Amino acid sequence: MRPNLAAASDLGPAIRRRLAGFVRTLRDNGFRLGLAETRDALCLVAASGMNRPAEVKPALRALFSGRRSDWEAFDVLFDAFWRGERVKTRVAVAGANVSQRTMRSLAEPDRSSGTGGMPIDVSRGSDASDLPTDPAARREGASRTESLARTDFRKIADPEALAAAHALAGRLAKSMRARLTRRDRAARRGPRLDLRRTIRASLATGGTPIELVRRRPRHKPLRLVVLLDASGSMSLYTAVFLRFVHGVLDQFREAEAFLFHTRLVHVSDALKEKDAARALDRLSLMAEGVGGGTRIGDSLADFNRHHAARFIHSRTCVMILSDGYDTGAPERLGAEMAALRRRCRRIVWLNPLIGWDGYEPSARGMAAALPFVDLFSAAHSLESLMALEPYLARL
Amino acid sequence: MLDRQTIADRLAGVGYIADPALATALQLMDMLQRPLLIEGEAGVGKTEVAKALAKIHDTRLIRLQCHEGLDRADTLYEWNYQRQLLAIKAREGGDADATEAHIFSETYLLERPLLAAIRQPVAPVLLIDEIDRADTEFEAFLLEVLSDFQVSIPELGTIQATTIPRVILTSNGTRDLSDALRRRCLYHALDFPDVDREAHILIARVPGIDAALALQVARLIQRIRKEDLSKIPGIAETLDWAAALVGLSVSRLEGAREAVYDTLACVLKTREDRSRVTPEVVDRLIGRVA
Repeated sequence: MRPNLAAASDLGPAIRRRLAGFVRTLRDNGFRLGLAETRDALCLVAASGMNRPAEVKPALRALFSGRRSDWEAFDVLFDAFWRGERVKTRVAVAGANVSQRTMRSLAEPDRSSGTGGMPIDVSRGSDASDLPTDPAARREGASRTESLARTDFRKIADPEALAAAHALAGRLAKSMRARLTRRDRAARRGPRLDLRRTIRASLATGGTPIELVRRRPRHKPLRLVVLLDASGSMSLYTAVFLRFVHGVLDQFREAEAFLFHTRLVHVSDALKEKDAARALDRLSLMAEGVGGGTRIGDSLADFNRHHAARFIHSRTCVMILSDGYDTGAPERLGAEMAALRRRCRRIVWLNPLIGWDGYEPSARGMAAALPFVDLFSAAHSLESLMALEPYLARL
Repeated sequence: MLDRQTIADRLAGVGYIADPALATALQLMDMLQRPLLIEGEAGVGKTEVAKALAKIHDTRLIRLQCHEGLDRADTLYEWNYQRQLLAIKAREGGDADATEAHIFSETYLLERPLLAAIRQPVAPVLLIDEIDRADTEFEAFLLEVLSDFQVSIPELGTIQATTIPRVILTSNGTRDLSDALRRRCLYHALDFPDVDREAHILIARVPGIDAALALQVARLIQRIRKEDLSKIPGIAETLDWAAALVGLSVSRLEGAREAVYDTLACVLKTREDRSRVTPEVVDRLIGRVA
């Protein structure tokens, strides 16, 4: 039986306001809560008598959380709110997504104090202490050893040329997707009989099944997981590739993107922003290690361990965009590539260096990874990317 | 309605040792009549929650195991086509309308889990296991059933729920669930139990185990989980292992390293893990827990 609303209205206006404030704080921190949750919470508090907030904490946690990150962040937020001090800014908890709001406030430097309206696309030195943000909201785990220099993706080429490149990448991704799905449909006919529909159709002919209805095959759409190397050695290409990845994510129904340098960052959310310029803005903030060394093996290990189960299914193509210069041990890279190979359908490695005359994949990391790669191809120009389409269509 | 402590006590009575947060979530489930979404790694006892809940309420457990390609016909209802065909043949030459009305009646309806769950005389526990394995389309459909608790069958009309089942959904995160489903549900993140709770579970579930051995096994398994393994052993594995040790009449782990090493097959289930935990590692681990 449900506690009725009359009970909730017995609560004093003060506690109701306070609870609404708590819900607002949670929303600011990325909890997805509607009116129904607030109402249920009021009923719950009314039913429990609410002597001390700590008593209803487990109940509110079960009610308000929707995912593990919520579950883990709840304790901190609850204590911060009910122990007096209001949390105005979001409390960052390791593993939580960087909220859109933080990203935006970072992307609009004019509002911040102290930087004197310095535009965001000016590369900062290694001294990042003047970042216009609270320390807690900074990317978790960024250590001193990683290069904090931010490369601005828009600065590398002149904006017009880059916009053209993006448009091309978008078109390419779109055509790739359209052909993929059409071929998917054309290629397969369901062999199984759909008894339900057959019998329904046979009613018209007195129970004799003349028209046979076949079950339509449910196919999993091809999923593309892109791992983009954003290290210093790749910096000449990162801008174009990012645009390409953005185009792919925009057009594919199922695509995920990760960025790696010294560690792995999941960037799909940022890239799903429709507006390309804003997506790249958000990205350049997430790629704080850009320009530093590369640990491909470690990044892949991270991917295999924490993300692979969720993002990879039997029709997944993993696309790695990297020059293969790894500062870690090549054995590690080899082992992780082998593990990855067992999980997914295809691994495509795009290496911009192949476009160079006389290139041999002699970097030790690259050599270790090569046995597990299904397609090793050039990616120094958009033409070379376009040459991939027939291959992807055959998957 | 049961309060939190009663729920925890009764769960313990049927062999499920719940932490207070879970008991609270189960209490809320009854209070707000919302489904409970339990997330956690494989082997932390998500499914067991539903089984234990059915036991303490002394009601049926209706289980829907999700997999890819699950659709309405698998989960809601299906007509018994063979019988329908026979009936059509038997009534050949009769009134066509009457035949149609007859073959689309309750007699020919096969209930599937979701329909069965809302037509019980006593509210059952409906376990929707591994919802993350089902497709997003099915998730949307499930959402509709879970909010209305009614099912419309075109040939029969709308069927209203006679009782509202207690719904438990489990997921181990192979796919991200939709926000809509998450919002609809209460949430509980289930982790591996701590040493104390795991020892309690062993005592409750393994006949003939004494408290000291249970504690040692729980400590050892805790250590093993911290090793770099590709498949972390769950509670079911702990139970198997403890039962194996009791069966070999081991009373203390120290001095029984042979038996411990030989029975590791209950716990480590891949070749790499097996080769990683060498006799030396076992010695080291036993040394720490004894």
